[in-house]
Amino acid sequence: MTVLARERDSEGGATSSTGSTLLDTVLRFRALGLLVVLAALVAVTAAVNPRFLSGSSIRDILLAASITLLLATGMTVVVLTRGIDLSVGSVLGLSAFCTAWLLSENPGVSIPVAMLVGLGIGAVCGLFNGSVVHFGRVPPLVATLGTLYVFRGVVYFVAGGSRINASDMPAGFLDFGSARVLGVPYLILISLVVLALVAVFLSRYRAGRDMYALGSSPEAAELAGIPAGRRKLTAYVLCGALAGLGGVLYAARYGTVDASAGYAMELDIVAAVVVGGVAIFGGSGSVLGAALGAFLLTVISNALPVLNIDQFWQRAIVGALIVGAIAVDRLVALRVAESLRKKGSHVG
Amino acid sequence: MSVEAGRQGRDGLHLSRFATWDVAIIVVTVVFLIFAVTSVQHFGTSQNATFLVLELAPILLLALPMTLIIVTGEIDLSVASTVGLTSSAMGVMWNSGVPLETIMPLCVVIGAVLGAVNGFFVTALGLPSLAVTIGTLALYRGLAFVLLGDTAVADFPRSHSSWTIGTIGETPIPNVLVPMIVLAGLFAAVLHAMPVGRAIFASGSNRVAAAFAGIPVAKLKFWLYVTSGAVAGLVGVFWTLRFSSARADNAHGLELTVVAAVLLGGVSIFGGKGTLPGVLAGVVLLSSLQNALRLANVSSEALTVVTGSLLIISVLAPNILGRVRGVLRRRLRRTHVPAPNP
Amino acid sequence: MSIGRSLQRIPVHPAAPAAIGLALALALSACGGTTQDSQDDTDSGSDDSDAVADPDADYESGLSLAMLPKSVNNPYFETSSEAAAEVVDELGGDYEYTGPSDATASSQVSYINTVSQQGTDVILLSANDPNALCSSLEQARAAGTVVVTFDSDVDADCRDAFVSQVDDDAVGETLIEMAAEQIGGSGTVAILSATANATNQNAWIDVIEEQIETNPDYADIELAGVAYGDDEDEKSFQETQGLLQANPDLDAIISPTTVGIAAAARYLSSSDQQGEVALTGLGTPNQMREYVEDGTVTEFALWDPGELGELAVYTGAAIASNIITGAEGETFTAGDLGEYTVGEDGVVTLGPPARFNAENIDDYDF
Repeated sequence: MTVLARERDSEGGATSSTGSTLLDTVLRFRALGLLVVLAALVAVTAAVNPRFLSGSSIRDILLAASITLLLATGMTVVVLTRGIDLSVGSVLGLSAFCTAWLLSENPGVSIPVAMLVGLGIGAVCGLFNGSVVHFGRVPPLVATLGTLYVFRGVVYFVAGGSRINASDMPAGFLDFGSARVLGVPYLILISLVVLALVAVFLSRYRAGRDMYALGSSPEAAELAGIPAGRRKLTAYVLCGALAGLGGVLYAARYGTVDASAGYAMELDIVAAVVVGGVAIFGGSGSVLGAALGAFLLTVISNALPVLNIDQFWQRAIVGALIVGAIAVDRLVALRVAESLRKKGSHVG
Repeated sequence: MSVEAGRQGRDGLHLSRFATWDVAIIVVTVVFLIFAVTSVQHFGTSQNATFLVLELAPILLLALPMTLIIVTGEIDLSVASTVGLTSSAMGVMWNSGVPLETIMPLCVVIGAVLGAVNGFFVTALGLPSLAVTIGTLALYRGLAFVLLGDTAVADFPRSHSSWTIGTIGETPIPNVLVPMIVLAGLFAAVLHAMPVGRAIFASGSNRVAAAFAGIPVAKLKFWLYVTSGAVAGLVGVFWTLRFSSARADNAHGLELTVVAAVLLGGVSIFGGKGTLPGVLAGVVLLSSLQNALRLANVSSEALTVVTGSLLIISVLAPNILGRVRGVLRRRLRRTHVPAPNP
Repeated sequence: MSIGRSLQRIPVHPAAPAAIGLALALALSACGGTTQDSQDDTDSGSDDSDAVADPDADYESGLSLAMLPKSVNNPYFETSSEAAAEVVDELGGDYEYTGPSDATASSQVSYINTVSQQGTDVILLSANDPNALCSSLEQARAAGTVVVTFDSDVDADCRDAFVSQVDDDAVGETLIEMAAEQIGGSGTVAILSATANATNQNAWIDVIEEQIETNPDYADIELAGVAYGDDEDEKSFQETQGLLQANPDLDAIISPTTVGIAAAARYLSSSDQQGEVALTGLGTPNQMREYVEDGTVTEFALWDPGELGELAVYTGAAIASNIITGAEGETFTAGDLGEYTVGEDGVVTLGPPARFNAENIDDYDF
């Protein structure tokens, strides 16, 4: 029942059932709520310091958000299937270091090739995660907690104590990290294009909708003939590949890459996804919500220094946001279920 | 519902599988210790044994309540952050002149309160413990930094900090081993010899049946989180005194090691299965392996990979073993067997 | 078998496990009152007073030395280690470079224990915490190991000597002096530091603050604030951005950490404020070369981490060979580096920091 309602909902056809319209309203309300919080935060920060809304400041926020956005998009797909990928920070580090190293050794490599290499490295890591989860039947939390260590260990092996500096990389690649079209940075454009593609995939394609079904009820999905293994593998490969692409963007933007790139990033990504309204037990949520969550977190971390708030608060705020968001979601869900039951009894 | 039913259906298989894993891990641990003593230089010295015990003490203490929580099917990823926050709090209180004898029990109470917050969200609101404790992992660590910020409080009395690293008389037995054994015994008794223990197993293996049997599952879980917090508070005190340094980043990342050790010890991440002796073996194996690798001059990169791989293998191996056994059994019987579950 | 039914008759007290917690609390509260003010313990004191130095002795060969950096995978310590390994080779000893991959005190303790178990003659240590390592260092020294800290010190009672890159006053004074020169002696200055716990950076920042308050040359300089980039590239980058937004009229940023200054330079070089906001601090020539060439940075400073590693080896070997004991006033010759004198509290100072600018940066490669 919920599967059907959600599937219909994700098709955008809010025409038939009452459950669908209600869910729609709730999801919109949630996105709206995030937007309001975001707007309020920007307004307050800008009131304290008008430069927060200057062109260069907005550009900085967009640049910073682009990487979080990319990883949150991949994470959303995995979380929708009732999984989680805690290894994204390590995957990003591995891809960032490898592509930076590749570029420093072969300055002739073009940017698209570098991006493909990053995507490939990430996809391989994702495939490993997916295989351990699906074939090994290891719970995603445990599997990716393990690969968080393993992949980071591999980065340490590859990088040793070396650091690749901006001066080692071709200027064209670094320019790409800060260049813009019509004032909009390239990096955020890439992230937005990826976001749009994944959003379309999730809502218009069978494989995408299967992700929701898998997360809503694995048993029902299996009975309905959904190839759970292939879908799960797809989700983890996608998540890994996007983390890999994020690594390339990281290298381009920051110019300095060592073994610690992306360290402890997984927390921020999980936070963005959860705050964006994606249910941690799968089956519900959207990449757009996750994108809003990513923006909110980026704006917070950029606003704190401007507001002169002790930056020690940042982590505490991230934690409080995670707990707060899932608590609010739960309470809203309970309300919805209750009103659904009432409506149902009226109709019936 | 169907998951629960499926799990119950496989109970018999699970039990024997994990019982074997327990014994296996204990045997592996013993074999490894013998191997390390005989072939890793400096491993077998009494001083190294002391170091080893001091090193694994916080992991072992945190693993005790973690085992109980994971057996109920939940998880607590915030334990290391709780250690950090109580350590920070300890530093702040010490700086403001509170006597140590008041601080130490207060820290345990603070830990219990932090655990109660986790327990509230998990049981009263019914939120997934994974998400809640990832959130409080960040929250508690953040608050630890807010409390103590950039400073480290280090002027704790030498008598106290030297007790934590000292040994009993002239023997190489560390002082901390005594409370460790007492607590491990207590938790083992609770889990394996008391009605509460059976309730813990029941709520982990079949929540619905447990509720029907009149077990107050929510209350039970709530108090387990409180216990976990209290023990983390105790570890915060131990950590602070052992390094005579109260810092916000104390025990950073330790939750992963604790979870790894518990799972390595044969506790099922799905709940309902596991034994405390297995967990103790898991803790000892993990710590002594790292100790031995360090003594053999293996780089810290390799240690990172070993910890991660062990975590995965500890779940993967029993799964594969179980499947192999299932295949064998099917071949042996060639009679009707229930279809394997996803 | 039904677990449910067999449990039905059992009275369960869900709070039973929590009783353990209460028992813990009670067990910990004993009578008495030990507070911060009532400390009676005296320092264990230095135990090398009975040793007599022989300034004419030669460096012993066959010594085993282990270098423990704050964390491995750090290019700065890598440079120290390479230079140190060469010196150890010349002295005919064994050399080991080992340590944790995360820069925390507790994981460093494990490595101290390990090398002291291995019977290493000399430990060269850059400490992650001034106090947390003391007990394990004392145990190592009790077993006959010489402990020399470099780069970042521990409590003076827990080690034989400290090889300081420069003294804190000189670093702080150099930093503020460079900043003042670049902004013409007046304006607003902000600091981008490493982690908030970092011993060195905090000592230097103290000196900078003191100089701004007391030195009449800097009367027109105002300190806008301190930001912490945690020695992470990304964080430092964002904090630079935050500093510029929070203080629109900022004239200079001082970043006393190699990671911070590189990230800040990278930010400035691609921002509108390039050349308007001065940037100085401590950085490595290889990392900063690009930004000196494109005009983002005029001048910065650092010591040579390689020389620091070399001096640490000579100091440790000198103590192990009984050439010095670590007492004030003793002298020893550190190969090509020349003669050094042990200062107060067993501190050996490498020398004033070198300043790098467009004219001399190409003479350095580290």
